[in-house]
Amino acid sequence: MIYFFQQALNAVQLGSVYALIALGYTMVYGVLSMINFAHGDFFMVGAFLCFVGAALLHLPFVPVLLLSMTGVTLLGVATERIAYRPLRNAPKVSAIITSLGVGIFLENFTLGLSPYPKYIPQLLPSFTYTVGGVSVSTFQLATIGISFLLMFALHLIVNKTKAGLAMRAISADRAVVPLMGIPVDKIIALTFALGSGLGGAAGVMYAMAYPVIDPYIGILVGWKAFISAVIGGIGNIRGAVLGAYILGMVEIMTAAFLPSTYRDLVTFSLLLALLIYRPRGLLGRAEIQKV
Amino acid sequence: MSGLIEFLRALRPAEKYLSARSVAAAGFVLALAIPRFNLLDNYLQLLLMLIGINIILTLSLNLINGYMGEFSVGHAGFMAAGAYVSSILSVRILAAHSPVWVFPCAVLAGGLVAGAVGLIVAVPSFKTRGDYLAIVTLAFSMIVKSVIENIDAVGGPRGFLGMDKLTNLPWVFFWVVVTIWITRNFIYSRFGRGILAVREDEIAADLTGVNTRNVKMLAFVVSSFFAGIAGGLYAHLIQYISPGSFDIVKSTEMLVMVYLGGVGSIAGSILGAASYTVMLEALRPLGIWRMAVMPLLLVLLMIFRPRGIMGFREARWLVPFLERDGGAKK
Repeated sequence: MIYFFQQALNAVQLGSVYALIALGYTMVYGVLSMINFAHGDFFMVGAFLCFVGAALLHLPFVPVLLLSMTGVTLLGVATERIAYRPLRNAPKVSAIITSLGVGIFLENFTLGLSPYPKYIPQLLPSFTYTVGGVSVSTFQLATIGISFLLMFALHLIVNKTKAGLAMRAISADRAVVPLMGIPVDKIIALTFALGSGLGGAAGVMYAMAYPVIDPYIGILVGWKAFISAVIGGIGNIRGAVLGAYILGMVEIMTAAFLPSTYRDLVTFSLLLALLIYRPRGLLGRAEIQKV
Repeated sequence: MSGLIEFLRALRPAEKYLSARSVAAAGFVLALAIPRFNLLDNYLQLLLMLIGINIILTLSLNLINGYMGEFSVGHAGFMAAGAYVSSILSVRILAAHSPVWVFPCAVLAGGLVAGAVGLIVAVPSFKTRGDYLAIVTLAFSMIVKSVIENIDAVGGPRGFLGMDKLTNLPWVFFWVVVTIWITRNFIYSRFGRGILAVREDEIAADLTGVNTRNVKMLAFVVSSFFAGIAGGLYAHLIQYISPGSFDIVKSTEMLVMVYLGGVGSIAGSILGAASYTVMLEALRPLGIWRMAVMPLLLVLLMIFRPRGIMGFREARWLVPFLERDGGAKK
């Protein structure tokens, strides 16, 4: 039983990382109806910026986190401006392919800069507390705590500010919103900024938990986060968080009770089954198709 | 890019002397002569074979992404199925028999299995379209990769080897011609019209009597069959396959070739596959950075010419006789 609770704690930690990334996917989908396949690689850049901050500049934890978040925010906004904005009125497929291209470009560009895996030094003093037989490390506390904090901040921005209102308006009806005098381009850029910033934070969390990073970490982790967003119903912020914790639980429990090589198999099969029986996710609304 | 288009335009008058049959016959003579008399060195022959395999892959993906307007990002999964099935057959079962028949049988079997696997993806495509179908195909290719990694009998993540180098230029050319021939006849058939109708408007197609389920199923089976054939040829050319050879990067390469050459065009597929393969080889001096150029090219292409070089246009000699210049009316 203690083994189960220990694994459940690990699941919450993994789920928090997935949730931060999944929010980026789901927010961009909410405003643009476009899957930003490069988002997993934004996360990877976040992890590499964490390496730059921690190993090269010898910064402490909080500045490293801020460096990663700002760096990835800028990257996200720049990508939107350069690659996605010219395609806003093009067929959806062009935008998806572009985002795939941007992702692979980021991977290979990073590979060109750093051909060998990088090791991230310890950012936080490592303590382990034992509560009723379950051991909790400072990394886990920091990951879970900061993720909750960031998600709460995002909740406030989306629900309590004017910009958040505009964001929700765009996701409800993009054609009408400009008529109300809302600067659509700025709001979309802001959405990218918020989403990428969370992705950058996730990169730091991930690098703390698994300190050896390479340019390809974004592919699998990104896809997993994306699956969480789809499970919850893409475009739905609460759904993304819910999906992320479900996926974290499924993954950790598969690895704990089945051979760990089955992990990806189980996750992707889950996605496939879900898409067949509930194509719009758990909390997603059905799309009404007009004839 | 525009220079290339101008060049192709200048070739237009010469096109009327071409016919699909004469091109195929001349090509086949060349394909037999080149390895027989060593007209080209081994490297160039390898390059030609890779171009051929890529043409098959591009046509296969173009059927789904270009003609049917669906969006598959998991074609590497079909290729993997074909590559593994044909390799296992040729190494474990058929190697004891007469080698002349080993290879075509193994490749064909790989294609057929891949085609059957294509059915699995066709079923979710009845309900989902667009983004969500893209996710289904992607999840499917990840599952294929993960399944292979978990079967230790075929080497798991270490990969599989032991195939003889059975792929040669005549065989590649033969399969390229078969692929082009079948794809062309398929597109200009009744089913092909159905595929185009699904691309333009699925609901309208359904209402005017197109059996969209059958059409989609057939398109996926034909497409994945050819991807499987290409996988079999690739496996017997490189003589080593691993789950890592058929990942998302492979699928993206196919996308680049389709969107470079032109969606919904056979000539475009040939052009895209050939120019991409040659370009990737020409960029070899760049080392690791070579792979950063490919996606950059894709992004620029999407922004400036999203339909590719030949998008929705066809070379005259590839169009069936009755379809040329407005069809049989003239």
